[in-house]
Amino acid sequence: MLRVENAGVRFDGKTALDQVTVEVAAGEVVSVLGPSGSGKTTLLRAIAGLQPLASGRIVLSGHDLASVPPHRRGIGLVFQDHALFHHRDVAGNVAFGLRMRGRRPQEIERRVAEMLELVGLRGYEHRSVATLSGGEQQRVALARALAPAPRILLLDEPLGSLDRLLRDRLLDDLTRLFAEVRVTAIYVTHDQAEAFALGNRVAVLRAGRLVQVGTPDELWARPADADLARFLGQRTLRDGSIVRPEAVHVTSADGQGNGVVESAVRQGGAVRLRVRLDGGDTVEALVTTLEHPAPGDRVRVQIDAMEVERSS
Amino acid sequence: MDRHRPPLSAQAWRAFAYSVPLAFLAFFFVFPLAEIVERGLVTGGGESAWTVLTGADTRSVLWFTVWQALASTALTVLVALPAAYVLGRYSFPGRSVVWAVVTVPFVLPTVVVALAFLAVLPEGLQRGWAAILIAHVFFNVAVVVRVVGTFWARLDPRVNEAAATLGAGPFRRAREVTLPLLAPALSAAAAIVFLFSFTSFGIVLILGGPSYSTLETEIYNQAVRIFDLRAAAVLSLVQLACVALAVVTTTRLERRLAVRGQLRAEQDVVGRPRTLGEKAVVASSLGGLALFLGIPLAALVERSLAVGGGHSFEAYRALTQPTASLLATPWEAVINSLLYATAATAIAVTVGGLAAFAIAGSHTRRTRALDGLLMLPLGASAVMLGFGFVIAFDRTPIDFRSAPWIVPVVQALVAIPFVVRIVVPTLRAVDQRQREAAALLGATPARVWREVDLPIALRALTVAAGFAFAISLGEFGATVFLARPDRPTLPVAIYRFLGRPGQLNAAEAYALAVILMALTALAVFLVERVRVRRLGWF
Repeated sequence: MLRVENAGVRFDGKTALDQVTVEVAAGEVVSVLGPSGSGKTTLLRAIAGLQPLASGRIVLSGHDLASVPPHRRGIGLVFQDHALFHHRDVAGNVAFGLRMRGRRPQEIERRVAEMLELVGLRGYEHRSVATLSGGEQQRVALARALAPAPRILLLDEPLGSLDRLLRDRLLDDLTRLFAEVRVTAIYVTHDQAEAFALGNRVAVLRAGRLVQVGTPDELWARPADADLARFLGQRTLRDGSIVRPEAVHVTSADGQGNGVVESAVRQGGAVRLRVRLDGGDTVEALVTTLEHPAPGDRVRVQIDAMEVERSS
Repeated sequence: MDRHRPPLSAQAWRAFAYSVPLAFLAFFFVFPLAEIVERGLVTGGGESAWTVLTGADTRSVLWFTVWQALASTALTVLVALPAAYVLGRYSFPGRSVVWAVVTVPFVLPTVVVALAFLAVLPEGLQRGWAAILIAHVFFNVAVVVRVVGTFWARLDPRVNEAAATLGAGPFRRAREVTLPLLAPALSAAAAIVFLFSFTSFGIVLILGGPSYSTLETEIYNQAVRIFDLRAAAVLSLVQLACVALAVVTTTRLERRLAVRGQLRAEQDVVGRPRTLGEKAVVASSLGGLALFLGIPLAALVERSLAVGGGHSFEAYRALTQPTASLLATPWEAVINSLLYATAATAIAVTVGGLAAFAIAGSHTRRTRALDGLLMLPLGASAVMLGFGFVIAFDRTPIDFRSAPWIVPVVQALVAIPFVVRIVVPTLRAVDQRQREAAALLGATPARVWREVDLPIALRALTVAAGFAFAISLGEFGATVFLARPDRPTLPVAIYRFLGRPGQLNAAEAYALAVILMALTALAVFLVERVRVRRLGWF
């Protein structure tokens, strides 16, 4: 469906995107995961035609997009911070792309109602976008991008500006919605949970380069390098082997044991422990019990040998 | 400081700050205005007000006033938009210099602008409606570039990109996204340009020739040349009504167009021009504007040097010699202007500064009324003020017409609205927490004012003084009524020279205009040095 081939972008002599190749099949959602400054947004802007390529090419349904301006690409983009039209009401925002394609007024009205229904904003047609909450603005931005039925939908950290609770709820809504409309999409985020929840496959970018592409399971099981493993929350031991938190079992040891707890942070239902082993390595572990070791406690750490990745 | 004297109580201070400007305005603005109303509608023989109002002359003057103001506004917006776009979208070396230079024509006296176009326009086009329109565009382009450019530099460019991804081409993006979002700034700028063009005096008087007259120049003609005070008073009232109507209409329009959009920080919006095309747009917009603004001023300088076939400083040397055109040597006009402008600045800063403290300090209906009252001299126009002074202060014991201080007072009246508009926002912007912090650190209320408010106010007052000086220096519409023949100011002397034939007279007029331009530029340059950040659009 969409193929990005060896795409390169330079800003003022600095490389923002370097030889990136990604493919998205019809009906597939690919998450692009990376820290800020990794080139995620640049990749989306290049695909949308808002950022010229220095090298490589972008092919959509077999056609090279090089000479196609953004407004003729038929690609939907949901902007970070939404970029809504504040001089138009909710319906005016959602209808914009349909009007640009010269659709008939009745058809536009029907489609706008359908889109607002889809994102759960029925009856919001004539509200001013300035009066909406962050989550509602996000939904309008999504409805606006989806309304003209784009060939592919690009989302740039759409949940980035929202608070955590709202983000979790909208994440569920997005998962449901993507399944419902069978959209082909690229979802850019710096949040691992979002990337894994929405993407059939995840592409990891770092410093403008593609590090790895794979299903969430593949990434978790075989991260391409130690940096990625650390980015995902896994620990690399001195011998180069990679230890995932679920392979580490911690039991209290009453002064005995082989490590000291450095920190214990509750994350919802689990507690993430960081333990310094007597050998000098640091590992992380998840404990799901209510009672858990505190910082300073000596504990006994067992690492499940079957789960350890030997780096080759 | 005398520690034992009890400090002036805050309330007494505020009452003082409030009543001085009020008394000043009542005597020097409301009273002459009432005199105009009385002369126009009640006493003063000649034709009835109705006959003047419905006469063919009045209708043709009114028609010309309106259409030239509308045409000037439309043309100014068209000429200014490319530069506003470039300054609102791109950063490049020297951007802040361009920003300052583009403002120069706006602070130039109208007489200088008129002479610059007399100098640059070919023989047949020097006088007439075309010359008036082009001079108005030159004078006002800064308003549109600054107001619209500042706003444009804060519009989120991604909104435009969103429209592109939704299928809008460049033309539709401009029409459906950029223009509606710019509408508030565009209409505000257009309203200002319309008012300035509507009440423009010096440019129309000099470039209009005998056949083109606006309300403003017609008031002058009736009062000074034909001596029909009734007609002048009626026309003044028509002028006042038109300005009030225009202000009300544009305020309504602005409120309707106002968009509550998110604005972004300027540094997130403007970026370097990247492609060759972008660089060409930046270069051609700014280059075109530079030529449009620079050529008339260069021609003005050239003409001041053109005497007797070649170029020399002959005209400048002649300025120290007596001339048949004036009852003083031209050089004395320079001295008069500097003295008058200094006195006017002192009055404007004192009265306007006190008013600004009263207005910024509270939000009662009383202070809002003072605020509105202080803005009125702007709309009432300079010619009306001059005319009002002439008919109001013409009897004992208030026959001030030839008093030496009357010219500075009327110039101060023109400058006061600007002083207030510069100082009030600065005082209001003082962070209340700074005052609270000072108080918690042990400062008494008087000390808080001295340590926190005063230093900030001083800077604003300095900027305001610079502008008041520049405005007074170039003031023409009111001064021309009141300056005594033996004590002309620069603009008045220039106008007198223009009425005389002969190459040397013309060259002396151009030379005086160059001096006036240099003095104004110097005042504004010094202000720009003091001012660290932009205050409003001035």
